[in-house]
Amino acid sequence: MQKHRGIRSTGIPENILGYLMVAPALLCILLIAIYPVFRTFSLSLTDMKMQFPNMAKYIGLDNYISLLQNDRFWSATYNTLFFTVVSVALELVIGFVMALIMNMPFKGRGLVRAAVLVPWAVPTTISATMWKFMYHDQFGVINDILFRMGFIDQYQSWLGSTSSALWCAIIADVWKTAPFMGLLLLAGLQTIPAELYEAATVDGASKVKQFFRVTLPLVMPTMLVALIFRTLDAFRVFDLIFVLTGGGPGNSTETLSMYAYTTLFRNLNFGMGSAIAVLIFIFIFLISLVYIHLLSRQND
Amino acid sequence: MHKSRWSNIIFYVGVVIFIAIIVFPFYWLIITSFKPPEQLWDIPPTWWPSRFYLGSYIAAFTERPFLTYLKNSIIVATSTTAFAVFVTSFAGYALARLHFKGKNAILALALSVSMFPGIAIVSPLFLMMKEWNLLNSYIGLILTYTTITIPLSMWNLTTFFRTIPADLEEAAKVDGASPFYTFIRIILPLAAPGIFTTAILVFIAAWNEFLFALTFNTEDALRTVPVGIAMFPGQYTLPWGDISAASVVVVLPLIIMVLLFQQRIVSGLTAGAVKG
Repeated sequence: MQKHRGIRSTGIPENILGYLMVAPALLCILLIAIYPVFRTFSLSLTDMKMQFPNMAKYIGLDNYISLLQNDRFWSATYNTLFFTVVSVALELVIGFVMALIMNMPFKGRGLVRAAVLVPWAVPTTISATMWKFMYHDQFGVINDILFRMGFIDQYQSWLGSTSSALWCAIIADVWKTAPFMGLLLLAGLQTIPAELYEAATVDGASKVKQFFRVTLPLVMPTMLVALIFRTLDAFRVFDLIFVLTGGGPGNSTETLSMYAYTTLFRNLNFGMGSAIAVLIFIFIFLISLVYIHLLSRQND
Repeated sequence: MHKSRWSNIIFYVGVVIFIAIIVFPFYWLIITSFKPPEQLWDIPPTWWPSRFYLGSYIAAFTERPFLTYLKNSIIVATSTTAFAVFVTSFAGYALARLHFKGKNAILALALSVSMFPGIAIVSPLFLMMKEWNLLNSYIGLILTYTTITIPLSMWNLTTFFRTIPADLEEAAKVDGASPFYTFIRIILPLAAPGIFTTAILVFIAAWNEFLFALTFNTEDALRTVPVGIAMFPGQYTLPWGDISAASVVVVLPLIIMVLLFQQRIVSGLTAGAVKG
């Protein structure tokens, strides 16, 4: 036991050791995440162009003022909100149904639980590519299925039409993430003690009543946390749009992240692109505040 | 009795439809990868390959730099996993067990960073990587991925370390072992399952990341799989056969991994959500 005493005799006080052990992780976060946020903000106050980084000059809030007067910015904001609200709402409903099913005892339940994880694990660019081919106006299987079932009388250009392209993105997103939502909700359902249902049955409560009086209130905290994750994820949607439509046709699927990317890396306008990024950040911050407020009310 | 049999059948039909919708895109991907070129452009599309054609797989590996993308992704994702888990094992243990000021502030900071949208930091990070000559490199991506996976990893491991009974450490303390020695020799081996779960989650996150890979590594030789596949499309006609073959090669190991480690992944993903 010589070794013990040797290490002990170096005698690092516990709190210093604590800071030392946390330091590498904290340094990474500060350098690669926190500092860049401030630098994005300072970039957004300049007219920096990537081709001439040294000619950037301070222009105050001009980028923000011109963004707020720009229809393309508002259309991207609308697309992002529409995409977020519709896809998260669908994911919640479908995910809840999946969770209720997976919470019942039946043959093959293990297989179902494994299957629902697969879309989550696949890179979004690959699942988006799969959907892009399925949506294809001539060789796409979705046209084939809908045509055979009699829902359409001729093949449609789903991704090429401004009225359907954003819905295509929503469907592909729901396919990928509703199962994930289902798994999170299932974990919440499993924490509800069976005695509560037994007691409710003894009291003569119907299944529907049990759902609203027992299941829903008890699963609510888990549901709110799952909703936070999904809402913030949906709000910053990028990979899916990049592959599926590139923001088109006619900017009809351009989300804020896509707009920021185009401004930054295609137009090389780092000042303006950073201003869009800051606004996305503020939106996300506000959404988080709303959810945190709901969560803390839930806990009271 | 009769009624319950019918509701049973309806229930199973519902389950089958759900599974069919989840699985169908993969089915389509796989048959597309085996379709001979002339069959790819059939209208209406055919639901089964007329013959099993391997040309798309050969083309993906020989005519396209798909093997390079795979190599890049493996290097970046495994290094990220190693770094993130290494760094957060220390941090997680300290946060779970040691007494020092500011622990809650650090956890709150990590949680808020996990909510950061990548797009909000991509412009300064791009400039920083440019200043440090880390564009078109592995290190630039590894550094960034390690940072963005630290919050998730740190939370998971902190939660996990807290579940290990404190008696063991107290016994070690009585024996005269230092906290550091106790951590390395007693706690880490016990935490192996939690570390493994965290590693899987970090690996998948790093393997799938798109925005930073797209913007930092623009040279074809340094592209990762998600970017490579998104950029696969040729100029005029899309090589669907090749894309599908490459995608199958990427997706199959992921599916196997998910099926093998299903329970660990789910417990890792839900740990935070359920405990709130």
